[in-house]
Amino acid sequence: MVTAVPAADPSPMSEALAAPPAAWPDAHGRFGQFGGQYAPETLMPALEELETAYAAARRDPKFQDLVDRLARDYVGRPTPLFAANGLTALGGGARIWLKREDLAHTGAHKINNALGQGLLAKTMGKQRIIAETGAGQHGVATATVCAMLGLECVVYMGEVDIARQAPNVFRMKLLGAEVRPVSSGSRTLKDATNEAIRDWVTNVETTFYIIGSVVGMHPYPMMVRDFQAVIGHETRRQTLEQIGTLPDAVVACVGGGSNAIGIFYPFYPDAEVELIGVEAAGHGLDSGRHAAPLTRGRIGVLHGSRSYLMQDDDGQVIEAHSISAGLDYPGVGPEHSWLKDSGRARYVAITDAQALEAFQTLCRTEGIIPALESSHAVAQALIEAKARPADRHIVVNLSGRGDKDLQTAADALGMGL
Amino acid sequence: MGEVEGFSTPPPSRIPAAFAAAKLAGRTALMPFVTAGYPDLATTERLLPALVEGGADLIEIGVPFSDPLADGATVQRASQAALANGVRLTDCLDLARTARTKHGVTVPLILMGYYNPILRYGVERFAADAAAAGVDGVIVPDLPTEESDELSAACRAHGRDLIFLVAPTSTERRLTEVAERASGFVYCVAVTGITGARTALAAGLADYIARVRRHTDLPLAIGFGISTAAHVRAAGALTEGVVVASALIDHLDTFPPDAQPAAATAFVRGLRAHEAATTA
Repeated sequence: MVTAVPAADPSPMSEALAAPPAAWPDAHGRFGQFGGQYAPETLMPALEELETAYAAARRDPKFQDLVDRLARDYVGRPTPLFAANGLTALGGGARIWLKREDLAHTGAHKINNALGQGLLAKTMGKQRIIAETGAGQHGVATATVCAMLGLECVVYMGEVDIARQAPNVFRMKLLGAEVRPVSSGSRTLKDATNEAIRDWVTNVETTFYIIGSVVGMHPYPMMVRDFQAVIGHETRRQTLEQIGTLPDAVVACVGGGSNAIGIFYPFYPDAEVELIGVEAAGHGLDSGRHAAPLTRGRIGVLHGSRSYLMQDDDGQVIEAHSISAGLDYPGVGPEHSWLKDSGRARYVAITDAQALEAFQTLCRTEGIIPALESSHAVAQALIEAKARPADRHIVVNLSGRGDKDLQTAADALGMGL
Repeated sequence: MGEVEGFSTPPPSRIPAAFAAAKLAGRTALMPFVTAGYPDLATTERLLPALVEGGADLIEIGVPFSDPLADGATVQRASQAALANGVRLTDCLDLARTARTKHGVTVPLILMGYYNPILRYGVERFAADAAAAGVDGVIVPDLPTEESDELSAACRAHGRDLIFLVAPTSTERRLTEVAERASGFVYCVAVTGITGARTALAAGLADYIARVRRHTDLPLAIGFGISTAAHVRAAGALTEGVVVASALIDHLDTFPPDAQPAAATAFVRGLRAHEAATTA
């Protein structure tokens, strides 16, 4: 599978692993008041084991080297930073750049994390992998890495998502994964996550749970962030090389929030760089049919961590809605809640209709079909660009490509496939 | 109880006395579980005294939650149905109050529910209202010792027991931490897994219980998967208490709501049947 040839390039994937900042999160997995480990006792020893294994791996030059080489040779990193001239012209203000995570293997940023956690599972001697998936991108990325590493793979997916993401279900099956439909609750990502946690509680001694976003109990939010931070490290370097300065703003969509944390994280110390997270406003924030916990939620506990959450007055979790399956989640990673409350990042929301329009705009101006998730960020970037002069620069994390969304888009646009 | 409303201090938790009484009588404390509001609130209200009549020493009342990630199919289904009936945390507290005031239920009542509804209700307010309603203890399956400080303090202030779970996977260090914080009893999860009826008890149960026992003098109770009189007998040989949840709900599901109280009485009595036979 792997050879002992060291990576020739600088090692961006291992950058966040090698030099973690001291403050975030604390020893209890807290980002300020957010995060933590609200997990059944059965899982607590496994979380300790994972934390220990990850702490050792992140400092291990051999692990770093392996991650870096596979990121380069298998994932195709670094992904380019592309000057979107057509989009810039349309915006009529600041220059818009696209961080092309859609060009990563399997078509989205999810592979960065799946690769990191898959290698960690291998290191820990766990042969069975489970994952949850919403849009199917994390499921596909996990199935892909499992095929490459020779690991057994079970993916939990809500029945609603299975229906709207059929191509990804087929991809996972082709890659040798078992896709288990979830029929409880809202039958989307939230319930797939519940079911994956139940599987993990039952099979914890033999199984590694690859969580797909910066959510869940500590150490997952930290670990997933570290594996995704390669996006931001590359972007920061590329803006300095290609523009000669840091961008005015970095824009990314937020469901659980892994692509956003990944690109934001290396910019935290750069106070002049505005960080803008874009949630899904669905049918509109006032319709109640949205997926915007940071914009409209209240602090609560779901899936093992304390964070902003869409919930009713009784603390029952409200079903989220977004045209994009990857954003259709009522919770959000605890580090985002921390960034919101500390003011380091700003969070806004884009409706289904706005995202669909941006989806078509990017197709026509740049010849790039973006994921519906990423289309939310594109829509906000156009708004931000208009508000800024032409000598400023905005980077959009184009977190995934839109092939998986063709049916959804065709239906929404009344075009039919 | 019985004092003028507003001037009474809630009585201390009834849990220690219930275990002591069961021990004195030479039996395992039997702790059936029902989900509040399943199949409907009126039926649950009738189920509580019916369980006592069958021989329940303590009763667990499940608080419905939208995302019960430690529960198997049966409790999930009951929880979803109760939510669809509009049952909320306040209804669970009312249920306890009604059991005390209207039905004369005197056995300990324990609420089992996930943390978020408690957090939203307000941790301090919840502990105070639970005490006032006649709830003796609280079990929160997604609240390990690491996250329990706030609820622990509130329960202590209001004389309620916060009951911790241990699992077959718990390390010695974790058992020590649980023992330091536990009150009432220690809930020993019988299996590495979620709730739900099972055909056989887990292997290695005796060694695991002995391991827990080395860390605490509190009563121990076994739950998760305890389904039959034979399970109760086997588990009861190891611990002071036994929880029966999914098997009871599955059984009651085969009766219309009106017939469920009588069925509950008979079911609990059946779980006890062996004791009369073996201790006679």
